[in-house]
This record gives sequence, C-alpha cells and structure tokens, in this order.
Amino acid sequence: MSDLVFDESVILLDVEGETDTQVLEIIAKNLVNHGLVKESFISAIMTREEEYATGLPTAGVSVAIPHTDVEHVIKKTISVAVLKQPVDFKIMGDDSETIPVQLVFMLAMDEADSQLVLLQRLMQIFQEEDTLKYIIRQTNKINIKNLLEKKLVSIAFEGGEK
Amino acid sequence: MAKKQVLVACGAGIATSTVVNSAIEEMAKNNNIDVDLVQIKIAEVPSYEETADLLVTTAMTKKEYRFPVINAQSFLTGVGIEDTKKRILKELKK
Repeated sequence: MSDLVFDESVILLDVEGETDTQVLEIIAKNLVNHGLVKESFISAIMTREEEYATGLPTAGVSVAIPHTDVEHVIKKTISVAVLKQPVDFKIMGDDSETIPVQLVFMLAMDEADSQLVLLQRLMQIFQEEDTLKYIIRQTNKINIKNLLEKKLVSIAFEGGEK
Repeated sequence: MAKKQVLVACGAGIATSTVVNSAIEEMAKNNNIDVDLVQIKIAEVPSYEETADLLVTTAMTKKEYRFPVINAQSFLTGVGIEDTKKRILKELKK
C-alpha cells in the first residue's frame, strides 16, 4: 500500500461550478496536475458519478464522495473541496433525488480492501456536524489540513492499518 | 441454521462497501452468527443470483431479486444506522 498523500495541494477552497460535473472536473484535474491520478481519472470519475451517485445527506452539511476504479490512481489521496455555493448532487442509492452539496471528498484509492480504517474514519467525520461546519468555514487550507490530518490521516502515517 | 450469504455492494466495490462490509462482519460476530460476506460491485450481483440470501448496498438497484435488499446509506451518514442494523440482523437470524 502506498502512503496517503494529504497536503494543501489536494485541498481546494471556493470551488465554483454550476453542476456536479463541473465541480468534479475541477477537483479531478487538480489531482492530474499534481501527478496523483492518471488523465483517465477525470472522465472515469464523472461517468461513475453519473452511474452511481455519491451525494450523502449528512447532518448539517451535505457531502459527496466521488470515487472510481483503482486503475486510474497513481498515488492514494483524499482531495477535499469546499464549494463556494452548494451544488446539487444526486443522492447515493437514490438518484431520483438531489441534495445541495457543500463539501466534496474525492477519493483516489489505489487498492481495494486496504483502506478500511481510513474510510471508517472518514465516515465518522460525516457524522460530526461540527467538524463539517468547521471545514466549510475555513479560509486557510492549513486549518483544514491540520484538522483532517489529526482525525483521518495520522493512523495511515503510522501504518496502523495493514 | 444454514450460513447466510450476504452480498455487500457499491458502485466500485472498493470504498463504501468496505465500510459496510466491516460493520456487518462485526455485527454478525457480536451476535454469534456465522455469515458468508461477499464484497462486490453492484454490477456483479447477478452472478450471485442463485446463492445469495441478502443484498446490502449503497448503490441503487432497479432490478428485483429473489432475496431482500437493504439500503446501507445510513452506515455512511450515521442517520438511521440503528434501524438499518436491526433490519440486517433480522434477516441474518431468519
């Protein structure tokens, strides 16, 4: 398992888009530019979202967790994007409905089954309304990085999962 | 009681199903239920059509199956998770 890349380069603030597709493209392109995913990741993530939506009606701040197959990933990362205005995403498991998403966690996972603890911690964050609200209020990426690193990444850095 | 085969599926078969899979595994263990958990992509469900007893999924299923389907979105949001767990447990104990 490669180490998780998590620094300011994968944290985006004030992301502007009219549609979920536009937002996904901005976030995915940033990952391509940093050499973390292949060019093919961009269209793969948009197609996957179309097919299997990832909007989640979490308490306080709705989130989306777009992700796609491991073959498009070069280095494992979780990209965090705070949207300037909420953008409608279809709801996971029920794409007849949409929710206004303010926070996107784009997952670039490099192996199936190797990131259980990381994902569990991420889902734990989704259940913390205050944490989600804190993230969307920040104007400095460092604050988001520090908080998420503490809550999410430390265990991956310590190699606590496999 | 025969061992139940439970399919845990999401779109990619790598992210949300991993979390749900682990939650069910723990639940089954705590209740001393021996369960055959299979983590797959939702598109792979038809190949388990004959053997599965239950499908737990975060993806949408338009198709009708001969086994019950339980939506697992609550494992990700935390909203309604106890209710979902109860429903799964009920199926496992059948």
